[in-house]
Amino acid sequence: MKKKFPWHALVFVAPALLIYAVLSAFPLIGTLYTGLFTQSDAGVYSFVGLQNYQTILMDPQWSHTFWNAMYNNLKFFGFHMLVQNPIALLLAALLSLPNVRFSATYRTVFFLPTLLSVVIVGFTWQLILSPRWGVAEGFMNMLGIGQYFAPWLGLEETVLPTLSLMSNWQYVGIPMMLIYASMISIPDDIIEAALVEGASPWRIFWQIRLPLILPTLGLTTILTFVGNFNAFDLIYAVKGAVAGPNYSSDILGTLFYRTFFGFQSQVANPTMGAAVATLMFLVILMGVGVYFVVIQRRLQRYSL
Amino acid sequence: MFKRVAPSRFFVHVTLMAYAVLALFPILLVLVNSFKRRDAIFDSPLALPTAETFSLVGYVKVLEQANVLNYFSNSLIVTVVSLFFILLFGAMAAWALSEYRFPGNRWLALFFAFGIMVPIRLGTVSILKIMVAADLVNTLTALILVYIAQGLPLAVMILSEFMAQVPKELKDAARCDGISEYSIFYHVILPLIRPALATVAVFTMVPIWNDLWFPLILAPSDQTATITLGVQQFVGQYSTDWNGVMSSLTLAMVPVIILYALFSRQLIRGITAGAVK
Repeated sequence: MKKKFPWHALVFVAPALLIYAVLSAFPLIGTLYTGLFTQSDAGVYSFVGLQNYQTILMDPQWSHTFWNAMYNNLKFFGFHMLVQNPIALLLAALLSLPNVRFSATYRTVFFLPTLLSVVIVGFTWQLILSPRWGVAEGFMNMLGIGQYFAPWLGLEETVLPTLSLMSNWQYVGIPMMLIYASMISIPDDIIEAALVEGASPWRIFWQIRLPLILPTLGLTTILTFVGNFNAFDLIYAVKGAVAGPNYSSDILGTLFYRTFFGFQSQVANPTMGAAVATLMFLVILMGVGVYFVVIQRRLQRYSL
Repeated sequence: MFKRVAPSRFFVHVTLMAYAVLALFPILLVLVNSFKRRDAIFDSPLALPTAETFSLVGYVKVLEQANVLNYFSNSLIVTVVSLFFILLFGAMAAWALSEYRFPGNRWLALFFAFGIMVPIRLGTVSILKIMVAADLVNTLTALILVYIAQGLPLAVMILSEFMAQVPKELKDAARCDGISEYSIFYHVILPLIRPALATVAVFTMVPIWNDLWFPLILAPSDQTATITLGVQQFVGQYSTDWNGVMSSLTLAMVPVIILYALFSRQLIRGITAGAVK
């Protein structure tokens, strides 16, 4: 007997499918498409193929801004990988040790900053680091290193690292939770067996626990990557859309915003904005592709 | 047995404690100073407010001048309504995808999964066009629609996992009794997955409440601004008014902290449930 087509399945899936398709999938395709056009002053769109991309990538003025944003974005990502994720790993490793008192409380506290809006985090750290209020400077004086204090958010060399550290402070909770969850799911008998063999805690960490959680580290890497290349709020909240001083904190998100909406002397340009968004999409897609094809497949053999 | 696995307890606790201080300090600093007089904020930023330095002047100013209560209610409406539909439509779709086999089933699941990895923000150019065409710019409806689209992929994924765990006997028994698929969903499945719904709810709520991008682009008017956008704007405006800045930051923080205190277990379970897969 041939089964009837389950019409009710269609009813169940229709509302979600409709909203998601119209407001997520379609706009994405629409953006890719818009990037192939240019808009005249009268608002008329005309097809120009890949010319917008040529401008962004080749035109001296545009390409300088774009590659600067791209490079800054890579540095931003680098900071998260070098600072945020190792700290997350350390905290998760400590929390997942047996019988750590108050471990639930610690987890709650470490995760708290993640929940705050980036706007709040940005302003709060801006206040703390402000030379006018001097909380940070006062602390450094107390520690006897007051002479090293500088208005970090105002200097070209330090603004991006400072913003990255603020973002690290906020988001360390997510990789920590993911790593913690995968660490506590390692079966006890594996670790017990190693202990019987006389392995030290260090060796157990490096040779058993760490290899077993490699898939989770891969996952946190790709989540960090997507989050970083999509970042905008923090830099906008702290430095505004011009991402100063002198574009030294400009990343793809702020570049996209400025191109799309215009800012001060820059005229709004939706088609160019769409092209920038498309480039962001390609970068993210590349990252996700590398993750699925290379990392996840290679790491599979480690999983239990 | 396990004693020897652990490095010294001292090291563990000193590290955890130090990080806890680092995580809490900025939050407490703003909270404490929001209750102090202006001169006390500057003279002794680290001190707790005393009877002499205590002052609510920042709160009074913020609540009087800016549209704060309006911003709060906008955020609340947007978050609650979006959540309701994300959960309802997400659960329906998850049920369809996990329970029925139909042509294209797996493609649909993949289509939704795509949205987890690719941020909806990249479609902004077209989203704005759609909203302009539909005459929805500067309405809360625009935000709600976008947030539903944004929240669905993760909701569908997590809820599908839970739906797949509902015992087959339960559904078969209901079907034998001649109950329609719709009322199986409503009367059997929905009540069973209530914990999962709570998890998804907390998980989806935070990014919606905290979003700056879409309010900035789709609904920046004073009538429709959310609290995150509001704080962004008035902290910029009153940057010299330190009482105002501290109080507005605190006002924006408190609801999230309360929510977290109430739901932290669901939230943490949500992250870990999604991760261990």
